[in-house]
Amino acid sequence: MTRLFNPVVFLVTLRATLGRRQALLLALPALILIGVAALLTATAHSPVWPPEFLGVFGFTVVLPLTALIIGTSVLGAEIDDGSVVHLLATPVPRLAVTVSKFSVAVVLTVVFGAVPEYLAGVIATGATSRLTLGLLAGAAVAAVVYNALFVMLSALTTRAIAFGLLYLLVWEGLLANLVAGARLLSAGQYSLSVANAIAHNSSLNAHLTLGTAAVMGCVVTVAALALGARRLSKFSLKGEAA
Amino acid sequence: MTSVELRGASRWYGSVVAVNDVTMTIGPGVTGLLGPNGAGKSTLIHLISGFLAPSRGEVTVSGEHPWRNPDLFRRLGLVPERDSVYAFLTGSEFVAATARLHRLRDPRSASRRAIEMVEMTAAADRKISTYSKGMRQRIKVAAALVHDPEVIVLDEPFNGMDPRQRLHMMDLLHAEGTAGRVILFSSHILEEVERLSGTIQVLVGGRLAASGDFRAIRRLMTARPHMFLLRSSDDRRLGAALIGRPSVTGVELGTRGLSVQASDYGAFTREIAALTRDEGIRLQELLPADESLDAVFSYLLAAS
Repeated sequence: MTRLFNPVVFLVTLRATLGRRQALLLALPALILIGVAALLTATAHSPVWPPEFLGVFGFTVVLPLTALIIGTSVLGAEIDDGSVVHLLATPVPRLAVTVSKFSVAVVLTVVFGAVPEYLAGVIATGATSRLTLGLLAGAAVAAVVYNALFVMLSALTTRAIAFGLLYLLVWEGLLANLVAGARLLSAGQYSLSVANAIAHNSSLNAHLTLGTAAVMGCVVTVAALALGARRLSKFSLKGEAA
Repeated sequence: MTSVELRGASRWYGSVVAVNDVTMTIGPGVTGLLGPNGAGKSTLIHLISGFLAPSRGEVTVSGEHPWRNPDLFRRLGLVPERDSVYAFLTGSEFVAATARLHRLRDPRSASRRAIEMVEMTAAADRKISTYSKGMRQRIKVAAALVHDPEVIVLDEPFNGMDPRQRLHMMDLLHAEGTAGRVILFSSHILEEVERLSGTIQVLVGGRLAASGDFRAIRRLMTARPHMFLLRSSDDRRLGAALIGRPSVTGVELGTRGLSVQASDYGAFTREIAALTRDEGIRLQELLPADESLDAVFSYLLAAS
């Protein structure tokens, strides 16, 4: 367990992430989602808008952005300000550091992304249903896969937010919609497929089977975390050059 | 025996060489790492603490390679130069968290002991964000000491400390060195290195320019003159007698006494007693005028 997870790293990272000034930003996409859902509930009369709105806006905008903000800050912020050295100057295995920080990102994305997605579903449909439970499960999957990718990006580059945004716009937003093969490597499609497997709602626009989504989601998550940990184990400090 | 060894260690970034073919052994006690900005001090510390891989050569700490070896931190404590600590934690939370990351049996008492060592007990329950720079340095040192490491590496540890804190930190490092630990610290303040450490490693332009006891290093540089200040019962006559000696290359009579330039440190210090006795002059004061690290350092810089 200690090679994979470290509770001290988890708690310190949790406090660091929630203690930053930008922490208020975490709730912003969720508040917009719930606000728009409430507005549409009061004004729209079509029965198909909840899965369309929550599937498209929730799964392709709110969840990825929330995961991007959180996933790039749990490790990236400490690398940027240099405080990660205090953590890395201890014998904690780098995989445990990566997985612990990833766990914080998943928990916070579930709280600020998946739970609001569920609440917006409840507001839109008036009750807990297969759709709302599907949205919750799919959003939880999105929290896992997206954060694995964003934590990996933080370990690979100091421009994780820029590359993450580019990935969301180009890969998830464009290629995964246009190229069938790209859907195999799309975190958005994994989460929609899981949501659809529970909700059985064609408006969710899922293109992968549950089995494919589950296997590929696991493979991508494990590979991203392994790569992130490997990169973290090579973390270097540059001194002044002669 | 615990030691830090570098054998032909080099580190370069593209075509820029930061550390160039450095070979040194650092044993128990306090060793000062000295050099101007850009000399490669921090790079050397990062190589030793496993935060950089050598481009060529070998770095070992007690026989182990530090690069990609986090287990080494069980025996090594690092105080990084960068002043970024988890500011949202209190001092005691930070040190106790470090103790837990080291999986110490009793992290609370280990952290209390380390905080006492750096005299931060009174401020331990305050958030680090409220600390002065000197206090943050001390809490970083406490975190590096909490697991009682055999090797302690400190990058500019006295930055931001007031004179009293510096003296205390010097005493602490001196005591740790005397207790048999390997203490390596870098500092750009020469008098600190001089006061704390008899052994120095001087880096100039990424190369090891000198190594060992700094006074011995100074004496070894016989190619350059050594300056002495003398006061005696008859400075003028002593000056005349001294200029006739082969070991003396210049004498200047001033208001504060005689300034003597000697080309041979050993010969001059041996001869001066006999000379004053033979001349019937009473020697009141004999001071090496350029024995400070500043002088040693400028000579080494000029020679490299």
